[in-house]
Amino acid sequence: MTPDLSITLAGIRLKNPVMVASGTFGYGPEYADLVDLSQLGAMVVKGISLEPWRGNQTPRTVEVASGLINAIGLQNPGAEGFLQTYLPFLRQFDVPVIVNIWGRTVEEYAAVAARLSAAEGIAALELNVSCPNIKEGSKSFGSNADMFKRVIAATRAVTKLPLIPKLAPDVFRVAEFARQAEAEGADALAITNSVPAMAVDLETRRPKLANITGGLSGPAIKPIAVRLVWEAAKAVKIPIIGMGGIYTAADAAEFFIVGASAVAVGTANFMEPAAALQVAAGLRDYLARHQLGSIRDLVGTLTC
Amino acid sequence: MQLETATILEHRDYGAGYRLLRLAAPQIAPQVQPGQFVHLRVPRLEGCVLRRPFSVYKAADGVLEVLYKAIGRGTAVLGAALAGEKISALGPLGHGFPLDLPAGRVPVLVAGGYGMAALYLLAKRLPLTGVVFVGGRSAPDILCVEEFEKLGWKVRIATEDGSRGVCGLVTGPLEAWLAEGRGQGMPEFFACGPNGLLEVVGQRALAGDWRAWLSVDRHMCCGVGACLTCVVKLKDSDGAWVWARSCKEGPVFECRQIHWDRAEEEA
Ligand SMILES: Cc1cc2nc3c(=O)[nH]c(=O)nc-3n(C[C@H](O)[C@H](O)[C@H](O)COP(=O)(O)OP(=O)(O)OC[C@H]3O[C@@H](n4cnc5c(N)ncnc54)[C@H](O)[C@@H]3O)c2cc1C
Ligand SMILES: Cc1cc2nc3c(=O)[nH]c(=O)nc-3n(C[C@H](O)[C@H](O)[C@H](O)COP(=O)(O)O)c2cc1C
Ligand code: FES
Repeated sequence: MTPDLSITLAGIRLKNPVMVASGTFGYGPEYADLVDLSQLGAMVVKGISLEPWRGNQTPRTVEVASGLINAIGLQNPGAEGFLQTYLPFLRQFDVPVIVNIWGRTVEEYAAVAARLSAAEGIAALELNVSCPNIKEGSKSFGSNADMFKRVIAATRAVTKLPLIPKLAPDVFRVAEFARQAEAEGADALAITNSVPAMAVDLETRRPKLANITGGLSGPAIKPIAVRLVWEAAKAVKIPIIGMGGIYTAADAAEFFIVGASAVAVGTANFMEPAAALQVAAGLRDYLARHQLGSIRDLVGTLTC
Repeated sequence: MQLETATILEHRDYGAGYRLLRLAAPQIAPQVQPGQFVHLRVPRLEGCVLRRPFSVYKAADGVLEVLYKAIGRGTAVLGAALAGEKISALGPLGHGFPLDLPAGRVPVLVAGGYGMAALYLLAKRLPLTGVVFVGGRSAPDILCVEEFEKLGWKVRIATEDGSRGVCGLVTGPLEAWLAEGRGQGMPEFFACGPNGLLEVVGQRALAGDWRAWLSVDRHMCCGVGACLTCVVKLKDSDGAWVWARSCKEGPVFECRQIHWDRAEEEA
């Protein structure tokens, strides 16, 4: 019997529990020649704001030991641009579309959530309250408990779509933020975003990023992310989408064992465009080897 | 655009500190247009998370050739890959040089660094021959001169130390040629090299009211337009600018499209 990878997460049916992470897979067309989007667990698109946004100056990324620091600065075509250009394209595929959203104020979060909720073909909204690259405030939404609560409450009030707040890695007690999100009506949690970081050019003694600081992703952050998911999973009943440095099925399995119900593959897509599909296939083999009938049987099976 | 597991056919020193990598890539090779690039996953490169982009030097009969210089960790480790090994290649990527020259134009190629490798396929595929200007620090930095001459192109060389060709920057012989009457035609420039060189060629073309196709070099992560790392500023209609992805809309842009931003240091 081949193990069952399908799950239902926040009311959304997924063929497999492996998504692509926001900002690492564009809006769909970029990788569509290389990867059958219908085979992804879900497609999480790059962060969308109400109005188009230019993002940061260049250089925007720098490769470091086992990781990547990015400071793209959330460049995006805005809600209308996304709805006109990209959503019709994505709707050709049999894949749940999760739209990652952000704003500079609580009102902007609510406005973009409301605008997207009026469209057909969006499965859920992922709330980016944790991007390290927006100076005007987004940062504080993820690490300030009061702002965090207000953003979730304000978006909850304007949408019936499942809401998935994406938690920052640099909070003192992640369990408290997780509980807070659950109390405000979040349907699932995404854990985690990239980790605030920087790198310096030794010849010029200048920062390697135009934005000075950025967010670290890739293998370097996997152990940090695994621990965050573990802490949060103990604190809440809503499902968790785990991410941070997942390249292989073995990486993903760690997240399921500590309590994630699904995972997302991010930076690995740059090396291997089909990484998410490879992770899903590898998970099936792993489950078979451990005589587990379903991926659901692996979730939260850590023995301490 | 395809993801292909290519096989290394040959990998050897090419002179000037460059190495030649010949790959059997029957899916990618026939699709390559001059100025496009491939994104290679360097075998056994530990602790790195990105592919490395390289222009296609030659593409024929299912075989791709890349000429590269070891400048850092990825290119150093790539140097150890052996013939017979597999290498994952993503390509061809980006938009290359136009091949349909208006009547009466003389193609003028300007290269620095790996630019000669990136422009070779263009010289081969253009319907007519022209002149190539190549610059480098010293004689050993000058690549592929004989290759261009075999195609019937004139090659003018400049080195900063004067060890080969004219002493100084490549703009010296270029200006001289323009002053001489530039082979009875209107020049159409194609350039690949350091950003400083591109800017000079672009300015010269603007001053002469000629066209210049510039291949820009930006750091890249995805190579397919998804991550927005490689963006460059293009002029917008109303004097403002918009971002374009050099891996997707580029790496080749006409100089009139580019918004030069001097205050800002580009990587
Ligand atoms: C479109 C395009 C075509 C290219 N064609 C060629 C070619 O034909 N021959 C050749 O020798 N080189 C070429 N380059 C440059 C080549 O990509 C870099 O030399 C190479 O990525 C360096 O990798 P590294 O790990 O050795 O250097 P490191 O400095 O250790 O690399 C660190 C990071 O910076 C990036 N990086 C460093 N230098 C450059 C650069 N100049 N351009 C882009 N990214 C860089 C690397 O990809 C890596 O992500 C091209 C670059 C681009 C963008
Ligand atoms: C280039 C890049 C852009 C990103 N853009 C976004 C974004 O727009 N919104 C967001 O919530 N997360 C964004 N992220 C974070 C990823 O979605 C993910 O949370 C993080 O990279 C950790 O996973 P990884 O190690 O698998 O990449 C981005 C990451 C990278 C590398
Ligand atoms: S390298 Fe990712 S968009 Fe160009």
